[in-house]
Amino acid sequence: MRNPNEIVAESLAAIQGVADLPALEQVKAAYLGKSGQLTELLKSLGAMPAEERKTAGARINEAKQAVEAALKNRREALQQAELDRQLAAETLDVTLPGRGLGGGGLHPVTKTLSRIQALFHSIGFEVATGPEVETDFYNFTALNIPEDHPARAMHDTFYLQTGELLRTHTSPVQVRYMQNHQPPLRIIAPGRVYRCDSDVTHTPMFHQVEGLWVDETVSFADLKGVLADFMRNFFERDDLPVRFRPSFFPFTEPSAEMDIGCVMCGGEGCRVCSHTGWLEVLGCGMVHPNVFGHVGIDAERFVGFAFGLGVERLAMLRYGVDDLRLFFENDLRFLKQFN
Amino acid sequence: MQFPESWLRSLVNPALDTAALAHVITMAGLEVEALAPAAPPFTNVVVAEILAAEKHPEADRLRVCQVDVGEGAPVTIVCGAPNAAAGLKVPCARPGAQLPGIEIKVAKVRGVESFGMLCSTKELGLEGAADGLMVLPDDAPVGEDFRAWLNLDDTLVTLKLTPNRADCLSLTGLAREIGAITGAEVRLPQSADIAPTIGDSVAVQVTAPAACPRYLARVVRGIDAQAPTPRWMAERLERSGIRPLLAPVDITNYVLLELGQPMHAFALSRLQGGIEVRLARTGETLELLNGETVELAPDMLVIADTRGPVALAGIMGGQPSSVESVTVDVMLEAAFFAPAAIAGRARRLGLATDSSHRFERGVDFGATRQAMERATQLLIDICGGQPGPVTEAVADLPRRDPITLRLARLARVAGVALDAERVANGLVALGAQVERHPDRLVVTPPSFRFDLAIEEDLIEEAVRLFGYDNIPAQPPAAPSFMLPQDETRLADDVLRRTLADLDYQEVVTYSFVDPAWEAALDAAARPLPLANPLASHLSAMRTTLWGGLIETLRYNLNRQQTRVRIFEFGRVYAGLDTQPLKAGGLALGDVLPEQWGANARPVDFFDVKGDLERLVGGTLDTRRGNHPALHPGQCAEVWLDGRAVGWLGALHPRLVQAFDLPSAPVLFELDGEAVARRVLPRYASLSRFPQVRRDLAFVLDAKIPAGELLAVLRQRAPAQVRAIEVFDDYRGKGLEHDQKSIAIRIVMQDTQRTLTDLDVEDAIQLLVDAAQRQCGASLRA
Repeated sequence: MRNPNEIVAESLAAIQGVADLPALEQVKAAYLGKSGQLTELLKSLGAMPAEERKTAGARINEAKQAVEAALKNRREALQQAELDRQLAAETLDVTLPGRGLGGGGLHPVTKTLSRIQALFHSIGFEVATGPEVETDFYNFTALNIPEDHPARAMHDTFYLQTGELLRTHTSPVQVRYMQNHQPPLRIIAPGRVYRCDSDVTHTPMFHQVEGLWVDETVSFADLKGVLADFMRNFFERDDLPVRFRPSFFPFTEPSAEMDIGCVMCGGEGCRVCSHTGWLEVLGCGMVHPNVFGHVGIDAERFVGFAFGLGVERLAMLRYGVDDLRLFFENDLRFLKQFN
Repeated sequence: MQFPESWLRSLVNPALDTAALAHVITMAGLEVEALAPAAPPFTNVVVAEILAAEKHPEADRLRVCQVDVGEGAPVTIVCGAPNAAAGLKVPCARPGAQLPGIEIKVAKVRGVESFGMLCSTKELGLEGAADGLMVLPDDAPVGEDFRAWLNLDDTLVTLKLTPNRADCLSLTGLAREIGAITGAEVRLPQSADIAPTIGDSVAVQVTAPAACPRYLARVVRGIDAQAPTPRWMAERLERSGIRPLLAPVDITNYVLLELGQPMHAFALSRLQGGIEVRLARTGETLELLNGETVELAPDMLVIADTRGPVALAGIMGGQPSSVESVTVDVMLEAAFFAPAAIAGRARRLGLATDSSHRFERGVDFGATRQAMERATQLLIDICGGQPGPVTEAVADLPRRDPITLRLARLARVAGVALDAERVANGLVALGAQVERHPDRLVVTPPSFRFDLAIEEDLIEEAVRLFGYDNIPAQPPAAPSFMLPQDETRLADDVLRRTLADLDYQEVVTYSFVDPAWEAALDAAARPLPLANPLASHLSAMRTTLWGGLIETLRYNLNRQQTRVRIFEFGRVYAGLDTQPLKAGGLALGDVLPEQWGANARPVDFFDVKGDLERLVGGTLDTRRGNHPALHPGQCAEVWLDGRAVGWLGALHPRLVQAFDLPSAPVLFELDGEAVARRVLPRYASLSRFPQVRRDLAFVLDAKIPAGELLAVLRQRAPAQVRAIEVFDDYRGKGLEHDQKSIAIRIVMQDTQRTLTDLDVEDAIQLLVDAAQRQCGASLRA
């Protein structure tokens, strides 16, 4: 009988020498296969005397186990190497950009409008809309601005050749809404408005949001509360100073302009606030009884407040835009800054 | 309205500095728009007299002056101004003076020591001619501080007044208001009645008494119209933005500013016969003071003599009867014209005057006489002359009826209870008569307030006097109800966000466009024209979003953007009742942004169609159609819920050329409401049985749209067929040139059992037969 140790030594060398799994399987067959050397050795045990058979069998088994262990180790090593090769081959440059469409985005005026709507929606204001091509009645008369009223001169109105006009404010939506709904009412009306004015600080089209709250117990103090709350939430500044100044709008009385502390300079005074520390951001007031009269709401029973704010103005302050006209040039390099 | 702070403080002088006073005025509703110094800051400048001016020994263009600066001994100053001459009074900056941009020191100028600088207006930062030294009048007090002498430490206040506060369009009105707010004493100019020294008068007939309830006229003879306007008056006028012209005119302007009463002075010799205040007659014209001749309308009020109109009442005088430097006799006019008789007329004539501005808003009809007396006094004082008696025509003046202010109502609107006594006192300070009752005040407003007529007007005044800032800001208490949320109508924001996520950038373009774009896109379009557009390219209301989108595309292509994908969500305008919301967009350039991991390919019809399918949340029913702006072979009408809702296609090559585009953008425009509609999902049970897929390739006429074949198959399909979709469109080798092969995937499944081969074969045969019969399609061999 061949010395099993020799066979083991020989097989271990062969195992170490193989480069891949198929070759390893061949080595396995050569030693442990049906007619492998160790298998043959085992077969030869039968011809041995019983007293030798036991020790020889034990030696052969030891040898077999040694070979099997070597095979297993080598197999695992080869498998690991194979996996390593595969992983290396499949390695990506993860720093490369992702594939596919880019991202578009919303216009900054839309973003601002959405923000305004969301804030008012959170305290129960519904959105109402109305036509932009409007009649003189809804834009002026029903809002207590009769023909030849000096307030009309403040609205540089675009007229159509057909006799209608382009609404100069979103306030007509108040009237249209109140014609069709009974109090209590709580609406905002966002949309485009038009004035025939075009220079560095005016564009002939811009956006407003009108607000209206009519109920039995609404007061000027509530108006102040809602609008101060809105501005502080819009600018995310709990300490934002606000103030209300008496003003004049034919469709509200008392009327007020609302100022906020300049968000650009913190009230120190800068170009944006004309060095006053204050920014005029909206007009508001208590609904004038003549407006209620036009829509058939009992002005004795109901009180209401209304406000109108300029969306571009808020967008400029919120995002630091210093030129109103940028909003309507639609330069993609500008618009994509808001994506 | 602009005025100098010093003038206001001469009438009311609360213990507040300029900034604090401005704040108080602003918070009272008279917005201070600007505060500007009357002169730029400079120091140590005095009034000086040049005693002698000799040529500098070393320099031809310099003079060595001996200057009296009020210190006894004259000082030597070297001066380069060509007009430096002995006897002139000029401003002199002393050593140590700070002028705009420079500091004055004792210095040697070409060997001669100079103790200061003689100044031009420009060197002091003042307005006026910059040539040479600023020449002061002979009576200028030598040695006096220049700023003090000219009252230059003054502030120009500009107010932005709202149209309801006409009463504050004068210094008197402002003083009264500020007195009421601050409690400071108000000292208004007093004018006594002037006794006539001559009997001359002009007959006044008012034939439009409703338009002119009060008219006062007075003749003053023998004036010197060329008399210099006193410096104090000229200064106040200038600092109020009015250029002094001629003393009589300056006086009427001064009274306008002081009392708020527009006045007019006529050259008496140019008036023929008496004065009539009447409405203009059709066809009448008038040459105005500004040199323009206007055609008068029958609703315009005029002052006329026997020959015709001599002034446009309350707006502007006529040129022929205007006071000139040679005028000796004048007729002064002070009138109350009703706001309704003046409003709008000036604007219609393209005019805006200080007079019309005030009359439109309301002038104090209780102070007409006072203004007449004040103007007469000033005229006599400055220009001399003999006053005649005042002729007055009075009709029905506006009424000032008592208004009831209920204290409970005031508290309800304000949201806080106001002290009745304080409210009453404030209203009294504003000139109202107040009757006090336990639960109400009965208030009669003064003649100068045209904005107090109903209870709300008084509520506003009460709250204003209380201070808007003193009203608490409180969160309102209201019953809480949830707002409706319609799940079958997506919010506009969701649709916008969807398009943005598909790599479209939202734009906002003007609603008015160039009518040429409209015509180019659709010759049949009839956009609403504006009557008063800002420019011809903004003169028609858009009927499609495409004009603005294409313009935006061009704008960005010109700025090196080669891939443009934009959309707009906005209205188009066909009339008062038709202003539908549209979702429009376009794409041009590569389908994907330039990137390492994908091959570049231009965006095409089907890319955009896919985007729209994401937008509407399902497959898009597109049918061949004809839109004049689109490529006839790449144009689809889009249908949703059984109705046409818009268009999708490539821009027509003719327009690609017309708009000078590098290639054709793919455009879409869909009805905004239609794309927002969704169906509320309704659960259907899932089948536990396997599904079967069969692929069929049909050969058919290339002109038959795939959609037609699909429609036939879907219509004929038995219930087990779950899906029929196109997965290939092949033309070319193996087919006739006018044929194509459409590969269709058919998926079948039954909810109750496993389908047998026979079931499948029967269904397929049904479909193949239908395709054969209705589309002439055969199975590809």
